Amino acid sequence: MIEFKLPSLGAEMDEGTLLEWKVKPGDPVRKGDVVAVVDTSKSAIDVEIWDEGTIYELVLGLHETVPVGTVMARLLEPGETPEHAEEEKRKRAAETAAAPAAPAPAVAPAVAAAAAAPGAATEARVRISPAARKRAAELGIAPAQVAGTGPDGTITREDIERAAATKAPPKDRWSEMRRAIAAAMARSKREIPHYYLATDIPLAVASRWLAERNEHRSVTERVLLAVPLLKAVARALVRYPEFNGHFRDGAFVPGAGIHLGVAISLRQGGLIAPAIRDVDALRIDELMHRLADLVARARALTLRSSEMTDATITVTNLGDQGVELVQGVIYPPQVALVGFGKVTARPWVEDGKVVAMPVVTASLAADHRASDGHRGALLLGEIARLLQDPRSLDDATH
Amino acid sequence: MKTTYREALRQALHDALASDPRVFLMGEDVGRYGGSYAVSKGFFDEFGPERIRDTPLSELAFVGAGIGAALGGMRPIVEVMTVNFSLLALDQIVNTAALYRHMSGGQFSVPVVIRMATGAGRQLAAQHSHSLENWYAHVPGLTVLAPATVDDARGMLAPALADPDPVVIFEHALLYNFEGELSEDWRSVDIRSAKVLRPGRDVTLVAYGGTVWKALDAAEKLAGEGVDAEVVDLRVLRPLDDATLMASVRRTRRVVVVDEGWRTGSLAGEIMARIMEQAFYDLDAPVARVCSEEVPMPYAKHLEEAALPQPAKIVAAAKRLLGKD
Repeated sequence: MIEFKLPSLGAEMDEGTLLEWKVKPGDPVRKGDVVAVVDTSKSAIDVEIWDEGTIYELVLGLHETVPVGTVMARLLEPGETPEHAEEEKRKRAAETAAAPAAPAPAVAPAVAAAAAAPGAATEARVRISPAARKRAAELGIAPAQVAGTGPDGTITREDIERAAATKAPPKDRWSEMRRAIAAAMARSKREIPHYYLATDIPLAVASRWLAERNEHRSVTERVLLAVPLLKAVARALVRYPEFNGHFRDGAFVPGAGIHLGVAISLRQGGLIAPAIRDVDALRIDELMHRLADLVARARALTLRSSEMTDATITVTNLGDQGVELVQGVIYPPQVALVGFGKVTARPWVEDGKVVAMPVVTASLAADHRASDGHRGALLLGEIARLLQDPRSLDDATH
Repeated sequence: MKTTYREALRQALHDALASDPRVFLMGEDVGRYGGSYAVSKGFFDEFGPERIRDTPLSELAFVGAGIGAALGGMRPIVEVMTVNFSLLALDQIVNTAALYRHMSGGQFSVPVVIRMATGAGRQLAAQHSHSLENWYAHVPGLTVLAPATVDDARGMLAPALADPDPVVIFEHALLYNFEGELSEDWRSVDIRSAKVLRPGRDVTLVAYGGTVWKALDAAEKLAGEGVDAEVVDLRVLRPLDDATLMASVRRTRRVVVVDEGWRTGSLAGEIMARIMEQAFYDLDAPVARVCSEEVPMPYAKHLEEAALPQPAKIVAAAKRLLGKD
């Protein structure tokens, strides 16, 4: 039997609320399948599963808020019988009971598998009228938390409506997100010894290359300058891997791939930095497509759980807001953040002459525990160098 | 204008006899005696023995004769003294009147109106206290009416006579002396719809015939206890007006069906089934019913009262649905 637990979907997340099950008992699932939608302080996230098996029972009920690590569902391993799963369950329950220190969240099975022992689920059944059940679904009320006033304590439609009226006002996502950002950034500044570097990168070649490329394309197919910038960062990280990964338990753990967290400001306030995976291996058009998709889904609050947890470094681009220099705060447990400012025409000395040159200031905020300034300078230099040969950035391989 | 249920019926019959020469009234004691419940008093003198016909005590024969006359182009109104005796005419009503259109391949219809008194409450004992409306409401081919108000008593006969197929009208024996306000609405009475007699929010009391007034009485008592009951008068027992019924169920989400028939196989049971089929997801409680006790109707007054649906029983059932018992 496999226990599917609520994963942490970001450094600041310590609990989540189940919004929707995307599977039901009996459904086969594979690695990467979206099984549930969970509301975190930042957004509603499609939660993926990383095991293969068959859903046996859904433990967590709709609208329940539980800590990270709580069992959400149980799965049968390939070939496992429900009887075996029941036995496993009993065994684990006994173990939990034997270890009093373990805080076992007491969650009654909300939906038992059809295959489960007949009659096993009846005790947990809520006494609720058909009209009330329908209304509860419409209003998003969890009937289990409503006291019934009908015959024999049956929950009636009025009970549901009363509960809806007195329910705590819906979560203020903005203040929740503010709190989450505060927690993560305070932790960053408390724990991470930042150092900061910056360099100006001339973009005449890259701009020209991009303009030529976009000339005969429709608006929707055009590539933004942000794309070669992201690609250059990813490519430079191949050479300087100590900026790509996480600092965990006192040591740097290199990332398994180069997954750039892209900071996206949300219209309603706050920000989110979901990941684009393996950016170093993506061609320019594909990267543009992924970026556009990610921004759209981040703003629609329909991100996947892997996108929330996979980033190995964050890239932030505040150029659109007009600033020239970003001095970033690292998103823990990452070890670096690359910032780009506004591309501006500046006087630039080239071949002994002053010319007007489009220039961007690239900055690096890095964790001194994982890297030193010397290597940081080389990383920024590599990014600058790669952007002078934009054509090479479009290679599929490196 | 205040009038009695009996007077409303009498005026309706008078209108029919006066306006259509094909209409005639036939039954036991309808002529010289003036009707067992005095509904046709004076008609014998006014319309003569040809049109106000006293019959022998043979329900099978005179209901059959009425069907024959209807087939021959007349518009007979056959009065069967009470539903208790109509059992003798069941074959004529069920096998002949209800089925002739079908059996003749649509060549013949039977435009007969059969009136009969029904119900208990007058200490007439087991054989004379039946409420068998559901037996007739079971049969395709019949329209079955249960006027409970003076408006319906006054207004239902004309559309019943206009119907090309057989119509059975049940008059609850306790209602003849009932006095009510006759409104102008009687002129637009139909024989297809149920009617909300009292609007309410908390529970629907469904009733017909003699139990309508018990339901209204119960609603009044419930109001005194803070329960706002709606009363639906079925009026037409076949075909049932599902739309009016379900609309009420959706408003109140709780239903008590009141039926003077015995519980098992009752019309109340059919109504409950329809609510399950059509409005299950609008219910806040199981549908309840108040029927007659499943015993032969006792003669003794206190026992008869105990056996019949009463306002107190309806009130108790409604409060149970609201969790207020």
